[in-house]
Amino acid sequence: MSERVLVLGATSGIAEATCRVWAKQGASLVLVGRSADKLAAVAADLRARGARLVETAVADLDDTARHPQLLADSINALGGLDVAYLAHGIMGEQQQSEEDFNAAAQVLYTNFLSPVSLCTWLSNYFVKQGRGVLAVISSVAGERGRKSNYVYGSSKAGLSAFLDGLRNRVDRQGVTVLTIKPGPVKTAMTMGMKGSEKFADPDKVAQSIVDAIHAKKDVLYVPGIWKIIMFVIRHIPESVFKKLNL
Amino acid sequence: MTGKPPFEPWGRYPKYNANVVPLQWQSDFPAIVSRYGGMHNGALAVGMGRSYGDVCLLKDGNLMVTTGMNRILGWDPETGILTAEAGMTLAQILDFCVPRGYFLPVTPGTKYVTLGGAIANDIHGKNHHVAGTFGCHVPEFELVRSDGTHLRCSATENPDWYAATIGGLGLTGVITWAKLKMKPIVSRKIDYEGIQFHGVDEFLALTEASKHVEYTVSWIDCSSTGKNFARGVFMQGDHTRNPGELKPSPEPKLIFPIEAPGFMLNSASVAAFNTVFFHKQMKKRVTALQDYEPFFYPLDKVLKWNRMYGTSGLLQFQYAIPWEHAREGTIAILNEVAKSGLASFLAVLKAFGDVPSPGLLSFPQPGITLALDFPIKPGKSFPLFDRLAQMTLEFGGKLYPAKDARMTATQYQKSYPEWQQFLRYKDPLLSSSFWERVTREE
Ligand SMILES: Cc1cc2nc3c(=O)[nH]c(=O)nc-3n(C[C@H](O)[C@H](O)[C@H](O)COP(=O)(O)OP(=O)(O)OC[C@H]3O[C@@H](n4cnc5c(N)ncnc54)[C@H](O)[C@@H]3O)c2cc1C
Repeated sequence: MSERVLVLGATSGIAEATCRVWAKQGASLVLVGRSADKLAAVAADLRARGARLVETAVADLDDTARHPQLLADSINALGGLDVAYLAHGIMGEQQQSEEDFNAAAQVLYTNFLSPVSLCTWLSNYFVKQGRGVLAVISSVAGERGRKSNYVYGSSKAGLSAFLDGLRNRVDRQGVTVLTIKPGPVKTAMTMGMKGSEKFADPDKVAQSIVDAIHAKKDVLYVPGIWKIIMFVIRHIPESVFKKLNL
Repeated sequence: MTGKPPFEPWGRYPKYNANVVPLQWQSDFPAIVSRYGGMHNGALAVGMGRSYGDVCLLKDGNLMVTTGMNRILGWDPETGILTAEAGMTLAQILDFCVPRGYFLPVTPGTKYVTLGGAIANDIHGKNHHVAGTFGCHVPEFELVRSDGTHLRCSATENPDWYAATIGGLGLTGVITWAKLKMKPIVSRKIDYEGIQFHGVDEFLALTEASKHVEYTVSWIDCSSTGKNFARGVFMQGDHTRNPGELKPSPEPKLIFPIEAPGFMLNSASVAAFNTVFFHKQMKKRVTALQDYEPFFYPLDKVLKWNRMYGTSGLLQFQYAIPWEHAREGTIAILNEVAKSGLASFLAVLKAFGDVPSPGLLSFPQPGITLALDFPIKPGKSFPLFDRLAQMTLEFGGKLYPAKDARMTATQYQKSYPEWQQFLRYKDPLLSSSFWERVTREE
């Protein structure tokens, strides 16, 4: 039986690449995103690549009140659920967030509160079912706050901590929680950025994510080198760290 | 728009600053085209930047990079017609189509080019004599103009725009998607044959004898003189008819790691390379059953091999000379190269056939084409380029824009007289450094 996957934030570069891996394996997919046109383009591609079923739903995931209905409808369309993949998020403008709390709050809402709402609903559903995988994109930026993007970083730090706790709660009930921590990835968002030619290839990141889901991993750093880099960064003493320009 | 140029062509010459704009969604069109086209020095859509010179550059303008637009919009397993967004690469197309029993109808010597780039340069492959150019296999595409119009183009719908855009160097608008008619195969293997030859006449005789073989191309040693003058290896192949594995050939692993110092590529090392290459094939004739990857893309094995030429870069020189003067022209030009003492690692010789291209400004025409690689040494290679360009014109030939950065406006306008007619179709907000160079008054 083909895997049934719900993808939230399906038009992001990493999510689209991951969906292509699933499509090739004949999975059934429900794609959720904000733009009907973009969802339609992604869906056509996934159908051609061999996905068994592709449905789309337009939704603003900041609208947490709509989550229960959206999730129930999606599961209905799929006839069940094996994997939920949360890939939505915003970078925000650090500068703007420093000047205006509302800008910071927006980043926290989209990157932290919205996934908390979705994960709460989905984990309860999976617990009831006795199995399921919740795969969530966090970030290496959540491992330590840096002056260049600590608002984004703290939203991801909160999310990672939430997922750790959730995993601790639901693991023995047959539910897997995978925290995905990508380093910089070559997508349209990062094109032209300094050093972007060295960023990770989205297709390789996507394959690692699908493999980690199948292996029921807890935490995935992609590419793996980030596990070592972040280990070092976490262990720099604060007295030194605060003087660094990171 | 300062600092390191974000986009350099494959030959790494010339280098210009530009603003990079990613194109990711068709639904962003045409707003983004008119917005960036109207800014600064205009805009140009680019693909993988696998053109050697300045057709994929726009100095201080906006380069709209299409590689994020790489979705499949439709696939018909009966007819083998693929509909895809223009930023999809031939490598991605192969990954999708080979397992389904289909191959590219025409492929250049690298698979890292986009569908849009292949149409805009109307590229050719080793099968030009039987299949014509890439554009011959593109039944339909969509063009978006900066004034907001969407044009569906085919031989029957907007046929004049269809003709202007195939080989239209990205100047008629942005190609958003295209259909490509793929070729059925039963295995990923190629029945290969390599034959040593000496001189242009032997090359021509082999070409004549292999008219019905699908793929033919020759590597030629242009550093030797005397009895080894124009020696080479004639390489030909067909998709094998014996059913076999239909998996994409594995991806190359090597990446050329560093910038090579310029002295690595001198005439002595090239002469040594050429001798080794010639004798690597020990016998007069060898046959083999080969994967498509080494047959079509031997150079892709070393990703970024252009770095071998260092930061100053390299440039190809590629001409097409019509049959009338093809033999004498080729001999004269090979003589000139040998005499110059300047080394060309890769010299590729091929006969173009007479399948007409639908494109107005297409490069291929019946006759002989020769492509040569030279490291850029302004004081030395440029005078040679200029002499070779002049000779090409005298033999009634023309140069390939995809490989050019040197042609003068007079030379271009003389060898592509259709350019005047083409002006009607040029988008007013799009341009390229190539176009500005070759349409300037002299
Ligand atoms: C190793 C190597 C081998 C090669 N072998 C061959 C060969 O055998 N035969 C051959 O013909 N060529 C060959 N080439 C040249 C190459 O095939 C062409 O330059 C090709 O067009 C490059 O495609 P690209 O996607 O990189 O486009 P770019 O180089 O980025 O752009 C090429 C042109 O296409 C236009 N363009 C790109 N996308 C669009 C779009 N969506 N809409 C409108 N215009 C667009 C650009 O404006 C530009 O004019 C070779 C190149 C290399 C590096």
